[in-house]
Amino acid sequence: MSSAPLRVFIVDDEAPARSRLKELLGDLSAEVPNVVVGEAANGRDGLLLLPAAEPDVAFVDIQMPQMSGMEFARHLAALERAPAVVFVTAHGQYAIEAFEVNALDYLLKPVRAQRLAGALAKAAATGPASRDALARASHGPRRFLSVAERGKILLVPVAEVLFMKAELKYVTLRTRERDYLVEEPLTSLEQEFGASFVRVHRNCLVARNAIRGFERAGAEDGEGAGWSVLLDGCEERLPVSRRQWPTVKAIVNG
Amino acid sequence: MREGASKRVSILSEKTSSDALPDFRSLGVIARALVGVNFAALLAAAARAQDLAELADNMLEIAAVLEPALLGSLISLYVAHPLLAKLPYRTGLAIVFAIVVAVTLGILWLGAMAMHDTSAPGTLRAVAFAILVTALLAAYFQLRARAFSPALAEARLQALQARIRPHFLFNSLNAVLSLIRRDPKRAEGAIEDLAELYRMLMADTATLTTLDNEIEVTRQYLNLEHLRLGDRLAVEWRTEAAPRDALVPPLLLQPLVENAVYHGIEPGIERGTIEIAIYREGDRVHVRLTNPYHPEHQHRQGNRMALANIRERLALHFDVESTLESGVVGANWEIHMIMPYRRKK
Repeated sequence: MSSAPLRVFIVDDEAPARSRLKELLGDLSAEVPNVVVGEAANGRDGLLLLPAAEPDVAFVDIQMPQMSGMEFARHLAALERAPAVVFVTAHGQYAIEAFEVNALDYLLKPVRAQRLAGALAKAAATGPASRDALARASHGPRRFLSVAERGKILLVPVAEVLFMKAELKYVTLRTRERDYLVEEPLTSLEQEFGASFVRVHRNCLVARNAIRGFERAGAEDGEGAGWSVLLDGCEERLPVSRRQWPTVKAIVNG
Repeated sequence: MREGASKRVSILSEKTSSDALPDFRSLGVIARALVGVNFAALLAAAARAQDLAELADNMLEIAAVLEPALLGSLISLYVAHPLLAKLPYRTGLAIVFAIVVAVTLGILWLGAMAMHDTSAPGTLRAVAFAILVTALLAAYFQLRARAFSPALAEARLQALQARIRPHFLFNSLNAVLSLIRRDPKRAEGAIEDLAELYRMLMADTATLTTLDNEIEVTRQYLNLEHLRLGDRLAVEWRTEAAPRDALVPPLLLQPLVENAVYHGIEPGIERGTIEIAIYREGDRVHVRLTNPYHPEHQHRQGNRMALANIRERLALHFDVESTLESGVVGANWEIHMIMPYRRKK
């Protein structure tokens, strides 16, 4: 560990909780040199502010409105220089186990100075948590997908995604406005968002509520006639594979 | 608030520790008596009948005496209730029997006068039936009252468990800790609020408390939530017309408001308003609670459990005279609770 103080970022929706943490970090600065480089009251603000602050450690409340601390941490992982994350929660042991946060670093509220010192030292030594551990600890599907662009994190609301299409090592997300590239396997996206997306082809998932209809297509193909899916707000017609056709039809009819 | 405990009026604990007569002015008791007596009459008619036509005849014959006697008895008991409630159980019960027999004889006598028929063959049978049915009903109400005492204890336990949401306690303690250095005076106030709230949470929920107490506890609770949620939480109280002397089950309002904060305010980033309206309409107390509705947060647990517990306790205390309805109204979640207006005697 270098002599430079640890750079700390705090995300908590309760202002008193943030000031308490700052107070304790101040008390500890002789023991574990640290400096608070930024704070945010919710996950979205946090993702806007955090990259520029370049923290080493982020203290993140788990239960926050609109975006849970867990989802926030998953988006952070898209950063090239992701900070180590220490979760802070008022929930007891039971909830900790339910969230599978055990694998990650966490502090219980009210936070004690000595535990905080321990967490700081440990986070500095171990660095960011693995994406897999974060994904395992997450509860239910994310509400946003994150894309790192020029050192910033762009959030794409899952509800606005029309389809996800695998191309080489990336997956393209199409919204009404534009395309985004994410580096996640299509199979894990299908697992996470299976409730709102349906697989129409080996390489493509479409949003169930964006499906407008189907069109007979490709009669001139040697393979014979197939179906294409028409989506709201999107010109592109996506082929439905023969294998997926019965499943897709059943979902749309049922 | 400190005098709160002494202000409470023990209503149910008396009934459960020693026997007491049912409340003859309660709709539930009256309905049960009506149904029970008529059912007994039907059984008596069926026992003497060979076929369905005879059953109808028997029933008609019985009803001619039974219905006026039953209604007369219930009205007499309704009138006599305040007096009866003051007497020891046995004396009160003896008077109830006397009233029922007297009313029955009176009806028979009136019937005989009207029919100019003084032979009155069924007098003995009618009086025996009246005594038997009254005894059965008395035994039923006594058993029912006794059956309630474990249910109340259980409700209390459930209320306690549902109440102590670790989430709230630890976040509040954390918020108080943050105040100690910056604003010691406010920290002191917050700890006092927390102590009062927990004293209430651990109090006996079998006894009724005043609406005034309930409002006070809810205010203290909201003070604590303000501390940690700041501007995100706005509360509009409409209690100018609240009957503050009304008796209500303790921890009726606070858990509902806690739910409103948990489901309506915490999931939002924007400022949200909780509206609490309490007013009286005739002999009914209305409580209306509104909070912003976040459909995406319905998976949060605890809402149904708290509502079920409150419904159960309302039923235990007020029987069929209370209702609790909840649902989505526009962009809000609304709860409407109606209770009878009872006061300390």
